[in-house]
Amino acid sequence: MKFEVILAGFGGQGILFAGNLLAQAGMEAGLHVTFLPVYGPEMRGGTCNCTVVLSDREIASPVVTRPSALLTMNRPSFEKFVPRLKHRGLAVVNRSLVPEALAEGFPDRKFLFIPADELAEEEGFPGLGNMAALGALVAVSRVVPPEKVLSGLKAILPPERAHLLEPNRRVFRRGYEFALKKASTASRR
Amino acid sequence: MKAFTFPQVLTDRSFHYCPGCHHGIAHRLLAEVLEELGVQERAYGVASIGCACFLYYYFDVDICEAPHGRACAAATGAKRARPELVVFTYQGDGDFAAIGLTESLHAAARGERITAIMINNTVYGMTGGQLSPTTLPGQRTTTTPEGRDPRVYGYPLKVAEILAGFPGVAFCARVAVNTPKRVREAKEALRKAFLAQIENRGFGYVEFLSACPVNWKLDAVRAAEKVNELTETFPLGVFRDEV
Amino acid sequence: MKPILVKGSEAIALGALEAGCRCYFGYPITPQNEIPELMARELPKRGGVFLQAESELAAVNMLLGAASTGVRAMTSSSSPGISLMAETFSYLAALELPAVVVNVSRGGPGLGGIEASQGDYFQATRGAGHGDYHFLVLSPASIQEAYELTAKAFELAEKYRQPAMILTDALLGQMKEPLRPRKLRLKKYPKDWALTGAKGRPGRTLRSLYLGPGELRARNELLQKKYRAMRREARAKVLYAEDAELAVTAFGSLSRIVKEAVEMAREKGYPVAFVRPVTLFPFPEKPFRELAARGVRFLVVELNCGQMVEDVRLSVCGRSEVELQAFPPSDLPAPEDIYRRIKRCLAAGK
Repeated sequence: MKFEVILAGFGGQGILFAGNLLAQAGMEAGLHVTFLPVYGPEMRGGTCNCTVVLSDREIASPVVTRPSALLTMNRPSFEKFVPRLKHRGLAVVNRSLVPEALAEGFPDRKFLFIPADELAEEEGFPGLGNMAALGALVAVSRVVPPEKVLSGLKAILPPERAHLLEPNRRVFRRGYEFALKKASTASRR
Repeated sequence: MKAFTFPQVLTDRSFHYCPGCHHGIAHRLLAEVLEELGVQERAYGVASIGCACFLYYYFDVDICEAPHGRACAAATGAKRARPELVVFTYQGDGDFAAIGLTESLHAAARGERITAIMINNTVYGMTGGQLSPTTLPGQRTTTTPEGRDPRVYGYPLKVAEILAGFPGVAFCARVAVNTPKRVREAKEALRKAFLAQIENRGFGYVEFLSACPVNWKLDAVRAAEKVNELTETFPLGVFRDEV
Repeated sequence: MKPILVKGSEAIALGALEAGCRCYFGYPITPQNEIPELMARELPKRGGVFLQAESELAAVNMLLGAASTGVRAMTSSSSPGISLMAETFSYLAALELPAVVVNVSRGGPGLGGIEASQGDYFQATRGAGHGDYHFLVLSPASIQEAYELTAKAFELAEKYRQPAMILTDALLGQMKEPLRPRKLRLKKYPKDWALTGAKGRPGRTLRSLYLGPGELRARNELLQKKYRAMRREARAKVLYAEDAELAVTAFGSLSRIVKEAVEMAREKGYPVAFVRPVTLFPFPEKPFRELAARGVRFLVVELNCGQMVEDVRLSVCGRSEVELQAFPPSDLPAPEDIYRRIKRCLAAGK
């Protein structure tokens, strides 16, 4: 098993946090992991992305050009990375900022559009759309057990943000459940 | 009654300094102070680049060489690594105040528990008498053959006056050694500059106005007299004393 | 032992702490600030010294001063800061001080950029300052290795009374991987040269000025003898040598991308080996000589305009062909870029 995902969005959308958390969860699940943040002028503001590789074998390259999955939180990152996604690869897309119609140009990719920002807002934490999207990615890809993400949060959150542990978990669960429900309606059809 | 003795801190090697140079007197005072304070076995000296780079030939204490200008940084590292050491630098005016001004000022600003000795003879002695940051206006050097022109090179740097404004500095003085009285005062200043670190108060600094007969193109006696002229630009005295 | 997920820069700092590093001196520069930041948190807790200097010049001279007293001490920086330190590197080598320097290098020349680059290979292996001298240079390729090689650098530095450098880059410095911060058993060596105060012994001197007739020559010959003795520390990681017609070689973080390409090629049945120098000085000539003697050709892949390729050519000494695939700093290459080149090299060899 080798799962390569690029997470991308605006700076401030929690992209690096979500990638870091996924890598932490993978490590806690006993997988080999690498986490590579974008490094460059893009670091301050603008777009932001990171690459996470999870594998049951030793990982050589942390750099991935054609990922097997994507998590895109905004339109520019959708446009930049979806063409690079492997055929039959999975893209979890933030419907709050990316119109679903954009997916029509890529019939050989799998898309899951999720109203990530709305779900987070409904929980009272509009800044945590990243967690809703990550919940959906974990639900659909099954790359790590969701409880490893929930436990991994503790390791990733700095002590001064410990009060955000529960909100993060709640929004993650919302995204996770949203994706499961959507998957089951899709299979009933 | 105390007989005249040779300081144990000095080795029996003869100084290589030119006739009339004041390094020898400063060396002797430094050796006496280290001995009288009982710190020979804890002393750590930094020999920087310049005429005094052979410090290790004359002092029977631990001595490390530092690149030109970096003595105060190297001394900082040694003192921070082993605070029990009594750490000093022995530098010229070019070393301390030109190439090493940044390291010198920052060590003083941090209040490093080190003692810095600057021998101010207004020229680069070892390299043959070029312009230094303390060269007087009008003074001829090999690189200012018509004399230092303030319109080109500005004015001499008064290091003791600068350091006097630093809260991290516990003792700061300018001394000369061209009269017996001044020699005695210089030794007292040196003693206090070491007490500043031994008593954990802060940075200690002593600036010696020092004759350089060869590069000043004067004989030993006239060079010693010329030090009096230097005091017009570089007044002697204690500029800060918290010891 | 439970692994922790850390950046390469953090792993380097943790490796130094595991080695008993007592003093850290540094000056901020991207992309290595995690090292001083971790040291600022951890060293005081362990009775050590952390000091942010006014410049890299001051930092490396503080390192000189601390190392001269026999304590384990280090500094870290990135390319432009390392250039500024170069003057004192020459003195560290001349005074034979066991000090550790980390270069998390970035693109140059000049201010360059802040992306990963291997453009400082020459600077690291040839001695950046004046005179005939070398640092011992180690180059990790994973976060675990960054931890272990940093600790090892302290041991080797003391073994040879010799400054040692960890050469890595922004890619390894910024990526995260699991680290098992295991206890390491490091050897200790006598420090009968350290300046600790002349108690019960004559004063000691650490100096590099030798003006007497023949003194400096004798001094240089001693240093060169030491550098030759250091050759026994040369290390390389070699994979798939048995059936190889082409050996692809790279060091540091780039070697990860290269290894991926080699594995892609082998899955397709191409006879390709992988050689990664772990020590850059001394350079591990032996595997290159042996492979060349068997007629294996070489493809050297670098994140610069071609520097290590010169050491490969010197090792191979004309007995085989050596090709270069150079990626000047900007974007990182993909494994596919290297895979395509491997195929071309093999086709050209037929």
